[in-house]
Amino acid sequence: MSMRQQFVKTVESQLACDEKIVLLLGDIGIFGFRKAFHNFANRVYNIGILEPATIGLASGLAKTGFIPIVHTIAPFLVERSFEQLKIDFGYQRLGGNFVSVGASYDYASLGCTHHCPGDVGVLQNIPGMEIVVPGTAAEFDALFQQSYANGNPTYYRLSERENNKSQSVTFGHANLLKKGTLATVVIVGPTLDYALPAIEDLDVSIIYYTTLAPFDGLMLRNNLANSGKILLVEPFYSGTLAREIFSAVYPKPVTIDSVGVPREFLKHYGKANEHDQAIGFTCDNILAKLEALING
Amino acid sequence: MPEKLIKKMKRQIVHAAYLAGEGHVASAFSILDLLWVLYDKVMSFDATRPDEIYLDHFVLSKGHASLALYAVLAEKGILADDSLNNFCQYDGKLGGHPDCNKILGVEASTGSLGHGLPIAVGMALGSKISQFNNRIFCLIGDGECNEGTIWESSLLAAHHQLSNLCCIVDYNHSTDRALDLNDLAGKFKSFGWEVLSIPGHDHQEIFHALSHRHPHRPLAIIAETIKGYGIKSMENEPAWHHRSPNAEELNSMIKELS
Repeated sequence: MSMRQQFVKTVESQLACDEKIVLLLGDIGIFGFRKAFHNFANRVYNIGILEPATIGLASGLAKTGFIPIVHTIAPFLVERSFEQLKIDFGYQRLGGNFVSVGASYDYASLGCTHHCPGDVGVLQNIPGMEIVVPGTAAEFDALFQQSYANGNPTYYRLSERENNKSQSVTFGHANLLKKGTLATVVIVGPTLDYALPAIEDLDVSIIYYTTLAPFDGLMLRNNLANSGKILLVEPFYSGTLAREIFSAVYPKPVTIDSVGVPREFLKHYGKANEHDQAIGFTCDNILAKLEALING
Repeated sequence: MPEKLIKKMKRQIVHAAYLAGEGHVASAFSILDLLWVLYDKVMSFDATRPDEIYLDHFVLSKGHASLALYAVLAEKGILADDSLNNFCQYDGKLGGHPDCNKILGVEASTGSLGHGLPIAVGMALGSKISQFNNRIFCLIGDGECNEGTIWESSLLAAHHQLSNLCCIVDYNHSTDRALDLNDLAGKFKSFGWEVLSIPGHDHQEIFHALSHRHPHRPLAIIAETIKGYGIKSMENEPAWHHRSPNAEELNSMIKELS
């Protein structure tokens, strides 16, 4: 089951047991949620293609005691609606759930307008905004159920590509997969399968993150390899997590490198894995970067 | 009596702006009559619990006119009478734009134009889902109607038949210089709203309009107002959009409002 199919299943199930949930779809996922439209007609809306007003409307629902879930494509949910997320939810301290599809260049063939490697970096600028990047459908289900009703604004980044194996994840906590001495590798959500085959036999600490905000700095601080060398494997703009890393380990000096999406517009189409190759999001490059970091 | 009261609130407003060296006094004067009639004659609320969700609610979308809201809330006993003297002070609760996290009785933190109406639409939808018999009022500026979210949320309100929603437009024409909105009533009507156009300083007309409720459509009240109404030198004078009076101006205004 894909993350998106899991999203439908999870929300349908929660709609049945939590009468406070209202689902607002930006004219996507209509077929997937057809049962929900039928079964919960007054709490499931195809709201249309007007993202900023949708976020504002969602905050009004939150003010009247509901738990809104807004779902649309990442750049329109995050970048077009940023001010509404910032003020209407962040500043007003309201709870809401924002579930995107089209992570980074999942929609490679649709071009730059539908790419969104900047979503996490943008949302980090909203104090109190929680950010969840699950690596599998099952991880999404677990993280959503743990956090959707916690009264905070929470962003869930669904990805078309996911790891083969789910970890036992807890909202707000990272998973220590391995402890080592030469370097620490911080791996985010669906990048685990890119990184793990290349590095699991090396003497490195491997920490897996699915909640990025709040960031589990304690896990990193307690398991930082003595070398102070850190490799970030991020499915969004390279270096997005650098500030969190520095804060977590301060005042220990660290050296950081990152495998992520370069900060440039990706001008090609094709498939997402073709972009992976082009920007170096590969097992080989992750290993090469890690070895250079360790030996540098 | 209302005229004396309105003048008293206007004196409080200019005095607060003078003390703070800050404020959108002319915008506050533009909407004061509308807000006063709304709170005094129309809205159902509990001054001790204005956040009760099943009662009526008001969202000031043009947040920069906050002084008018503060004056009305103070007159209604929701804010302490002397609160306005702390307007825009470092530790004060009353900011240049209203903050719902600081003031019980302020329903939304606004200031970025185009946010309040979508929030009010959500509140109206939430009330409708909950089958409350309350009303949600929202006041927007005509300049604010330049924002796309006003029209996005207007589409939503009409489509979802939010007859519990009333949007008051403070049509003081101050931004005609940038974009002339022309037939604003016609625009809302074409979006599927019930529309009433009224003189925005006539309390009787305001009351009748606010009391109206269409069975299916949201209500837009296009209130023709004068920015800075009540102080001749301020009326429709762009220089007064965002400035506070000096001591000499304050004295003159107080005299004019007495």
